[in-house]
Amino acid sequence: MATNPIHPADVAATEASFRSILWQRVEGRVERGEVPECFPDLNLDQIVEAVTAGKDEYNLRPFFHAPLDTLDDIEYRHDVFQDLERVPVLECLRAFAQRMRTMREHLTQAEKFYYQQQRDSWFLDAAALYCETATALAHDLDGAPLRARGLVAFRDYLRGYVASDRFQSLVADIQSVKQGLATIRYCILIRGDSFTVRRYEGEADYSADVVQAFERFKQGAVTDYAVSFTSARDMNHIEAAVVGFAAQLWPEEFRRLDEFRTEHREYQDGVIRTFDREIQFYIAYLEYVARFRNAGLSVCYPRVSKSKAVLCRDGYDFALAQLLIPEKSPVVCNDFYLRGPERILVVSGPNQGGKTTLARTFGQLHYLARLGCPVAGTEARTFLFDALFTHFEREEDITTLRGKLEDDLARIRKILNQATPDSIIILNEIFTSTVLDDAILLSRNIMGAIMRLDLLCVCVTFIDELASLGEQTVSMVSAVVPDNPAVRTYKVVRTAADGLAYALSIAERYRVTYDQLKRRIGS
Amino acid sequence: MKVFLLHRNRDFDVQPPLPWNTPALTQDLELATLFGAMAGGDEFVRGVVQTAVLDSLTDVDAIRYRQDVLRDGLHNAAAVRSLYSLATEAFLEERKLRYWTVFRSPGTILHRSLDLLGAFEGLLRRLRQVADEHGNEFQSEGFTRLFATLRRELDDGYFIKLRDHLRRLRFREGMLVSAELGQGLKGANYVLRKPHDTTQSWVERIFAQKPPAYSYRLHPRDEAGARALSDLRDRGVALVANALGQSADHVLSFFAMLRAELAFYVGCLNLHEHLTRKGEPVCFPVPERADQRRHAFAGLYDVCLSLTVGSRVVGNDVDADGRTTVIITGANQGGKSTFLRSVGLAQLMMQCGMFVPAASFRANVCSGLFTHYKREEDPSMKSGKFDEELSRMSDIADRIHPNALMLFNESFAATNEREGSEIARQITSALAERGIKVFFVTHLYAFAHGLHARRSEDALFLRAERRPGGTRTFKVVPGEPLQTTYGEDLYKKVFGRKARGGCAFVND
Repeated sequence: MATNPIHPADVAATEASFRSILWQRVEGRVERGEVPECFPDLNLDQIVEAVTAGKDEYNLRPFFHAPLDTLDDIEYRHDVFQDLERVPVLECLRAFAQRMRTMREHLTQAEKFYYQQQRDSWFLDAAALYCETATALAHDLDGAPLRARGLVAFRDYLRGYVASDRFQSLVADIQSVKQGLATIRYCILIRGDSFTVRRYEGEADYSADVVQAFERFKQGAVTDYAVSFTSARDMNHIEAAVVGFAAQLWPEEFRRLDEFRTEHREYQDGVIRTFDREIQFYIAYLEYVARFRNAGLSVCYPRVSKSKAVLCRDGYDFALAQLLIPEKSPVVCNDFYLRGPERILVVSGPNQGGKTTLARTFGQLHYLARLGCPVAGTEARTFLFDALFTHFEREEDITTLRGKLEDDLARIRKILNQATPDSIIILNEIFTSTVLDDAILLSRNIMGAIMRLDLLCVCVTFIDELASLGEQTVSMVSAVVPDNPAVRTYKVVRTAADGLAYALSIAERYRVTYDQLKRRIGS
Repeated sequence: MKVFLLHRNRDFDVQPPLPWNTPALTQDLELATLFGAMAGGDEFVRGVVQTAVLDSLTDVDAIRYRQDVLRDGLHNAAAVRSLYSLATEAFLEERKLRYWTVFRSPGTILHRSLDLLGAFEGLLRRLRQVADEHGNEFQSEGFTRLFATLRRELDDGYFIKLRDHLRRLRFREGMLVSAELGQGLKGANYVLRKPHDTTQSWVERIFAQKPPAYSYRLHPRDEAGARALSDLRDRGVALVANALGQSADHVLSFFAMLRAELAFYVGCLNLHEHLTRKGEPVCFPVPERADQRRHAFAGLYDVCLSLTVGSRVVGNDVDADGRTTVIITGANQGGKSTFLRSVGLAQLMMQCGMFVPAASFRANVCSGLFTHYKREEDPSMKSGKFDEELSRMSDIADRIHPNALMLFNESFAATNEREGSEIARQITSALAERGIKVFFVTHLYAFAHGLHARRSEDALFLRAERRPGGTRTFKVVPGEPLQTTYGEDLYKKVFGRKARGGCAFVND
């Protein structure tokens, strides 16, 4: 993207020197094209896919591939998010984005027309829309109780820009050309296969006559027979002939339209163009999490720190929830925490019980927190990790089992070599391809290495023994309905589920016990 | 022009949002049988009564308004039926011209509208004739007002105006259209103009100062140009065509409303004829406000059962005034389900303004009618079935409000009796405390007995009657729940008196 040269007059006006709504320091600015390795395992790819859906033109993915490094950078984004949620500016920014998009469409469209006059007219409209958009946003932000450093700096920048001479003279030129064209009103007399164009001379409205004559029929809403004529933006040669005649009838107005385009070929400001793209990171993400809130799930701002005492209340897997909500299936929330010397969540229990989901929840929570984004749950404390490693069971050809075990080990060794004490590692069902004794032995060794490194870890396993290796490990079990182990709760808990009677526990699940019903039915 | 036969001050909503539980109500109360009898072979009537019956009124005055109109209709059945067939004719006219609507251009819309308005003229005249002839025989507010409207609005001057415009709208002198420059300089705000009067002579015109004007003549083979020019012409008449199209539609929609609203009363007439021919009693119910607790009736029978059997059916007398919970226990095949259905049907019929199948009937209106019936056909295993029952209850809990009427039929029996009773107790208590009236047919003894033991004034206990010796009367009478449900009656019937294993029950 080419940026405009900044006029000397504007530099003074923009001393706040705002550059980016995503990075407070220009040197911190990173966009990464390649997808981080943990994405498929944690289903972060699905999340980013859903977040950025319909926003391809902004190319937002590189932002989601580049986590932040400092707590201050994270706070910079939290502040923006929180302002957008708190202050009613989100709608203004959406309107801003929508107008900027329309403006770009106008510009693209302008290039496609056959008739010169039509191209000029669309270019003029695009420029007008741009000015309106910038002015409207400046106006909307003015006086808004903003707290976020990024938004405040942007507002200052925008204020200065809109007040600048170059912007004001652009506005004035647009107005004068538009006003000239708006005064034109012509008449067409159609008879058989010919028509004549001349100036309008005050002839009375005949439609009004007819409408008035049938007024008394009117009652309620009926079909609207107003045929929409928006078929083509292009002109056919008859329309072009009409406009051509109009240009002959009003030569001065059409000449000024022609000149405008040559004089204002590059009218867009680079910083505003960048802001238009970057603010979509926030808007897209807030739109994305709104679906969870609407479904009654919580989203919160994680407290990110260098402490390994992590915590999540009512957490859930975004990627899973985004599939379940449209089906109206319930989303099960889980709590987990590590405190004191605890570092490793060992998750065991029956299959299909929500173990992997818990592991993903943990991973997503940490990754998204490092992007400076709100996360799933009512409360979350996360660790500012340096790298997040995942090792998930890969589907493999049954005939190469030996290769698979070797491959597993090689991958884990590579991970352990790269990991520092600030890393996170998520292991999901490792060593399922060997006999139990082997699996126990290998797992104990790996866990030992992890404990020595003091890594934060989630380990999903079928090996119960791993749950009690030391004070660093915490056991979590996927719970079932006690009387009917076939029924999964998808709850993963630190302690075993309590012994509720079968029928009542089902009733509770459907929220039809006495207490629940009374709460649900308003009095 | 408004019809307003179903509501005092608004049109009948032909496609209202029907209650979410329409399929359940239809199945549990056998509504298809009722609708079939009301339709009498007219599918349109079936559709309307279906909607009207399910889209319950909750306002007592609104119910009385319809009751009055219906009383009028019962006295003047022939006039009602002839108005209905007149309204139906309008649709045949419209259908003839429907092909026009395929080509949606202002030009075609204009033509169709003018043709339609011409055709409607005759029907409207006949309508006024009926109003003139029979108007005085009706007394209800609804019919009286309708006939007055017809006489007032349908005056002759109307169609004279129409023909006048029809002539002008042929544009023999050419069409004058003004326009402005819209987006991308394309023409916008097209307005049809009345040309200035040309009083000058042709000599004056030639020598007058002419404003600059530019003309264009299509090349004879320029088909695209011809289309573009016709498009321009269409834009010129767009507003006029829209106005005429809507005028025609307004008349049509008046006929549509007349037809739909009369269809409801025609349906009532059909059912009434059917029942009175059989000698079954019907009466206009007395609706009470929703916050009252009234439910008292005599001779209430299941109209759907009556419609399917040749003989008259058994009616029940119950006084449940002041009660919030009615528990029905007793013999299998003793008429419990039939009784429950008759309660639900009467409620729906009352709340759409109909008569009800009873000698007398008085009840408070409910904010919504809900049924929770044991679903026999559920093929899944026991736990799945219990799950399904609770899930349905949960769906109901999402929609039910105070002052609703809730009918349970052998619900929550898919688990063991102790647990089922506990669930039933919790649910029934919660509903009762939230002001929801419950009729509960149940075999869950612990549940029914437990409620009875509380000696609450709010609860009424009914039992399917069984005479000594086991004969059933199919009547439901007050009585406390008993431990057995006379399964042994059936057992004896099937296995004979001396059957082994059945002896323990036999008490005579």
